[in-house]
Amino acid sequence: MEFLSYLISGINLGSVYAIIALGYTMVYGIAKMLNFAHGDVIMVGGYISFCAMSYLGLPGWLALILAMAVCTVLGIVIEGLAYKPLRSAPSLAVLITAIGVSYLLQNTALLIWKAAPKVYSPLIAPTKANGEPNALRLFDGQLTVSYISLLTMGACIVIMIALTLFTSKTKMGKAMRACSEDKGAAQLMGINVNATISTTFAIGSALAAVAGVLLCSSYPTLQPTTGSMPGIKAFTAAVFGGIGSIPGAFLGGLLLGIIESMAKAYISTNLANAIVFAVLIIVLLVKPAGLLGRYVPEKV
Amino acid sequence: MKKMRIKQHTRTNFLTYLGVVAAFIIMNALSANGSLSRSLTGQLVPICCYMSMAVSLNLTVGILGELSLGHAGFMSVGAFSGIVAAMSLQSLIPAAPLRLAVAMLVGAAAAALAGLVVGSPVLRLRGDYLAIVTLAFGEIIKDLVNCLLVGVDASGLHVAFNLTGSKTVEDLGMQPDGIAIIKGAQGATSTTTIATFTAGFILVMVTLFVVLNLKYSRAGRAIMALRDNAIAAESVGVNITKYKMMAFVTSAALAGAAGALYGLNFSSLQATKFNFNTSILILVFVVLGGLGNLWGSLVAAAVLTVLPELLRAFSDYRMLVYAIVLILVMLATNNPTIKTFLNWKSNGKEAA
Repeated sequence: MEFLSYLISGINLGSVYAIIALGYTMVYGIAKMLNFAHGDVIMVGGYISFCAMSYLGLPGWLALILAMAVCTVLGIVIEGLAYKPLRSAPSLAVLITAIGVSYLLQNTALLIWKAAPKVYSPLIAPTKANGEPNALRLFDGQLTVSYISLLTMGACIVIMIALTLFTSKTKMGKAMRACSEDKGAAQLMGINVNATISTTFAIGSALAAVAGVLLCSSYPTLQPTTGSMPGIKAFTAAVFGGIGSIPGAFLGGLLLGIIESMAKAYISTNLANAIVFAVLIIVLLVKPAGLLGRYVPEKV
Repeated sequence: MKKMRIKQHTRTNFLTYLGVVAAFIIMNALSANGSLSRSLTGQLVPICCYMSMAVSLNLTVGILGELSLGHAGFMSVGAFSGIVAAMSLQSLIPAAPLRLAVAMLVGAAAAALAGLVVGSPVLRLRGDYLAIVTLAFGEIIKDLVNCLLVGVDASGLHVAFNLTGSKTVEDLGMQPDGIAIIKGAQGATSTTTIATFTAGFILVMVTLFVVLNLKYSRAGRAIMALRDNAIAAESVGVNITKYKMMAFVTSAALAGAAGALYGLNFSSLQATKFNFNTSILILVFVVLGGLGNLWGSLVAAAVLTVLPELLRAFSDYRMLVYAIVLILVMLATNNPTIKTFLNWKSNGKEAA
């Protein structure tokens, strides 16, 4: 039973990583850039929903939609102002700009919301009004699964399926895949590459907002640096599963969450992160393209 | 034509050394007559460390062309092994400068070993794997040092690993006269600070000397050939793994020496100081200074370390201003129009 409850908390954490990693992987697949500001968009999403719920008194679902809307606009603005002018620049220049954007978001958040952590009120309260835990009871109450975990896992699966359908069925999704294969050829076929990249950033940022709300609902403290570590973890999750691949990001995120939770429970709390990263290194040595990534041999 | 080119790089190298010497003399004179602010005087040794870090990272990123996101990890390895060496040799080597030199060598050796361990499996792969693996390495080192307990007494070093968070310094089983050097998450506390600005200056000079000589040697040309086209280089008989390892391990060792100096400059130091953000900070120095351009790295490291101090007038807004400056500089230096203008202006001078 103990094992199962650790497994469930791992899947819960992994689902959040997976949602972030999906955003990372889509942006990487198309813009071929590591968007280090992605983690901070999560933090912005968290703060927007926090403000909407605590100051404006909006219901949770409305706060989520508001956070998604703000982050989508933010993503498009960041892409337009900071990344678009560097489209032909070397990838390191774009990486440093992304880091600059990350600092900018963190410090703006620090100025607006201050450094003191905010206590987030989760989408679904952990306990009911009568003090009972707001959770699903299984095996005569030996195993409890909180509704927020169920919501997180459900959201992750829905998002993964929706993204897979979107990229394989819709016109925009096909344009995205074309751009990630070959930008020049895509442009010759009449695809508006710039608009496609902007849309990708919009989707990625909206996903980051969802991840922010779910992350803060499960781990309810909110600081300007809240997004950095999950951002780095999600990036490794995306690499773990094969960067650029949507099912890969999902699988990588889930596995990373489970490994982290198990390492915390059975080996050492202090070394959980180190174990996660060590597993990543080992996987990369055995499968250099990640678990589901496609290995493209270099052509001479 | 060929003669001209060699002359030019020798001149640049000479000017770089000269610049560092001049800066050292000026800073020494300024601090002697007391016209440096307290905070700036305290920054002198860290600036030297960051300069050396930037030059060594430039070897990996600029000259070898592999992205490393965990350079602070090597700094951390160097810092903590250097601190352990310096603290445990206190009675054996009473002279502080000599002890500092030994500590820096130990730091460099430890970091080189770490570089060998990280690099040997990864550098065989093609692509951006080094970036991710070094990132992971930096995080792993941070966590490992956070669990590490090291103490020294008359019978030697005592090392314990605090896996569950329940162990303390008492578990090391030291004699009463023993001193704890690294206390897990508290890091190294009550370190005797023996770092000096002169040592920092020598470190920068040595780093420059090593990297510049490597760059313009046969090995350096092989490394740059790898960066430009690995397949072509391999086809003319350049051993890819060997030269990649050479550059990467040298870079790690130099970072370790810089870390040891950095660690011995502060009486207390935590492993979290060397996190992902520090690695990124050094990468920013390298990219802003120019890939492969060593004096650029030196200038960028010095300016960007002092910049937040100079921006004190903006108080709360200084990191915000820093971020905006960073983005604007990246946008400006990579803007096609400005680039053409700069190329046109320096046409002929930099045509080679």
